[in-house]
Amino acid sequence: MSTTKEKQYQHGFITKIDMESFAKGLTKETIYKISAKKKEPQWMLEYRLKAFDHWKTLKEPHWGSNQYEKLDYQDVIYYAEPKNIEKKKKNYEDLDPELIKTFERLGIPINEQKRISGVAVDAVFDSVSIATTHNEVLDKVGVIFCSISEAIIKHEQLVKKYFGTVVPYTDNYFAALNAAVFTDGSFCYIPKNVKCPLDLSTYFRINMQETGQFERTLLIADKGSFVNYLEGCTAPMNDKNQLHAAVVELVALDDAIIKYSTVQNWYPGDKNGNGGIYNFVTKRGQCRGKNSQISWTQVETGSAITWKYPSCVLTGENSQGFFYSVALTHDYMQADTGTKMIHIGKNTKSVIISKGISSDNSINTYRGIVQVLPSADGAKNYSQCDSMLVGSNSQAHTYPVMDIKNNTAIIEHEASTSKISQDQLYYLQSRGLSAEQSISLIVNGFCKDVFKHLPLEFSEEAVSLVEMKLENSVG
Amino acid sequence: MLKITDLHASIDDKKILTGLNLNINPGELHCIMGPNGAGKSTLSKILTKHPDYSVSSGSIEYTLNFEKNNLLNMDANEISLNGVFLAMQHPVEIGGISNFQFLKEITKSHCLHQGVAATNDEDLKKIILNLAEKLKLPSDFLDRSINDGFSGGEKKRNEVLQMLLLKPNLIFLDELDSGLDIDGLNIIAKSIKEFQNSERSFLLVTHYHRILEKIKPDFVHVLYNGKFIKSGDYSLAKKIEDQGYSWLI
Repeated sequence: MSTTKEKQYQHGFITKIDMESFAKGLTKETIYKISAKKKEPQWMLEYRLKAFDHWKTLKEPHWGSNQYEKLDYQDVIYYAEPKNIEKKKKNYEDLDPELIKTFERLGIPINEQKRISGVAVDAVFDSVSIATTHNEVLDKVGVIFCSISEAIIKHEQLVKKYFGTVVPYTDNYFAALNAAVFTDGSFCYIPKNVKCPLDLSTYFRINMQETGQFERTLLIADKGSFVNYLEGCTAPMNDKNQLHAAVVELVALDDAIIKYSTVQNWYPGDKNGNGGIYNFVTKRGQCRGKNSQISWTQVETGSAITWKYPSCVLTGENSQGFFYSVALTHDYMQADTGTKMIHIGKNTKSVIISKGISSDNSINTYRGIVQVLPSADGAKNYSQCDSMLVGSNSQAHTYPVMDIKNNTAIIEHEASTSKISQDQLYYLQSRGLSAEQSISLIVNGFCKDVFKHLPLEFSEEAVSLVEMKLENSVG
Repeated sequence: MLKITDLHASIDDKKILTGLNLNINPGELHCIMGPNGAGKSTLSKILTKHPDYSVSSGSIEYTLNFEKNNLLNMDANEISLNGVFLAMQHPVEIGGISNFQFLKEITKSHCLHQGVAATNDEDLKKIILNLAEKLKLPSDFLDRSINDGFSGGEKKRNEVLQMLLLKPNLIFLDELDSGLDIDGLNIIAKSIKEFQNSERSFLLVTHYHRILEKIKPDFVHVLYNGKFIKSGDYSLAKKIEDQGYSWLI
């Protein structure tokens, strides 16, 4: 039985606000204009142009399980911002109340009075960062948290040192595109031996139709530092597909720890598969220093198509990479997601826990690779990939690849596929639990090994998001 | 306690019940027998709102504390919360959730419904382990996933344990005896007899006579072609044991 009722998408509203945007299309001119808008230094512009030239030599990748028509890159708007935002954002009082309301409705108040305690937020609206909160607390300990556009100007040397070193523009098609046309995203630098006193969070909102969002985020944890970083994303309901092509780079130096969590809830399209975001994202972290750790925790519940493999390059000795993922697909969504763990340094360790839930007519693919290079003596990996099918029309695929070039490596892999059945629900209901409680119990049981790695405020949201999306799907 | 009147029900357009009547008073133990495929197990599923079945006509009236409820208008969980329990013939396995977590959630749900404070984890564990010991369930069953890897007999004992824990008023026991060895049968029969009182009613579905020897039913009904064709007392069960169903149909 498939659902006849449209699933709720609570964040599908449009903010009515005067916008300023470029005309559709992508040429060198577009890049000059973006760079000028951001008042970037020359080297950044040159970097963009090199990336653009390289991008033009590449072909759109279609090697995954995702099926979609070739995109028309001339039919996309590459820059959109609320009118006069540069002037207005300097003063909170000048910000358009519609914008403030928008983020409030999304549960991300940017108002300094209402802001969430314990979390500093960078709010990105289409192509531009609107506000960052809690700056004074972070300043005290020397943590830099601002939009990448601001960082390129104010912290030029730091950006120059690390930008594009984890994900070079030559990496892949969408990384090259992003390097050419990225507009905004977050920049974080945690100084030596600083445990970041707040969680850092970026919230991405796509608002304008036909706009592509090209997020760029760079996070550097210097020696002995620690940071918890959270990322959320939503978009209005729109019957045309929209592109979100992001690049996120993380660098962890000696003994540094980065915990990066995402709750991705882009608009997934309607129940017939019309519209929705194409989420084509390159996320990679490099454990550059010894004993450093990077963990990616992701709860992917939105997007018409997801193409995303948050990865760890384990260069430093004894460094550790973690990937904890719940990917939920419903209706006609497609997700091809997983991770790469590349062991280079000695005694490096990685853990992969992936939970895929597919319902309705959706297709959910785990694709991952564990690579142990000859230099990585004593490398260890543990992988567990579980799939859960809800209903009988959905698909789950698992493609784990192991490429082991050092015979001291210890690699373990486990996989399973299960199904939520009507009988399981009936059983729980016949003991006094409501349909919602029953689904929640089953799904939480399935996902608990991932959810337990989310920060508290995120895990509650993740649980209710997953429950809401599965309502009416079981049958 | 339970009054079923002219009940017609079907699954995928196939008629299963064709005008069934039954009246169960508080404290009574009824037994339904009948040849294979007569719809015996179906009845208890219909009474507890299994989604596969649809009722076309008739009524199911359940009275608790002088309040009349129509089970047909209630969801499966409401039926349970109002004191109706079905020990299933084939309890499903559910991975990822420990039995303790499950028992805790259902106890909580029932306490909430009754407006009483939920038992704390420690006390609840004690209560459950006590019941487990009585039913000879290994104590590690609390940490295992719901029914996961349980033997047929363990699953049945787990059903009885839930019954003892939730203390329902109207209990359906669906082929409780299948999958149980003779020791298991004795333990469960004993628990049920201890659980019986003047307020509680039971409806037992079975193929076999051996459980009836231990739990003597007050009434025996023979189900055939979707309705009862014969009702009587315990002696009817004995006659069927000796002569089969052919003299009835």
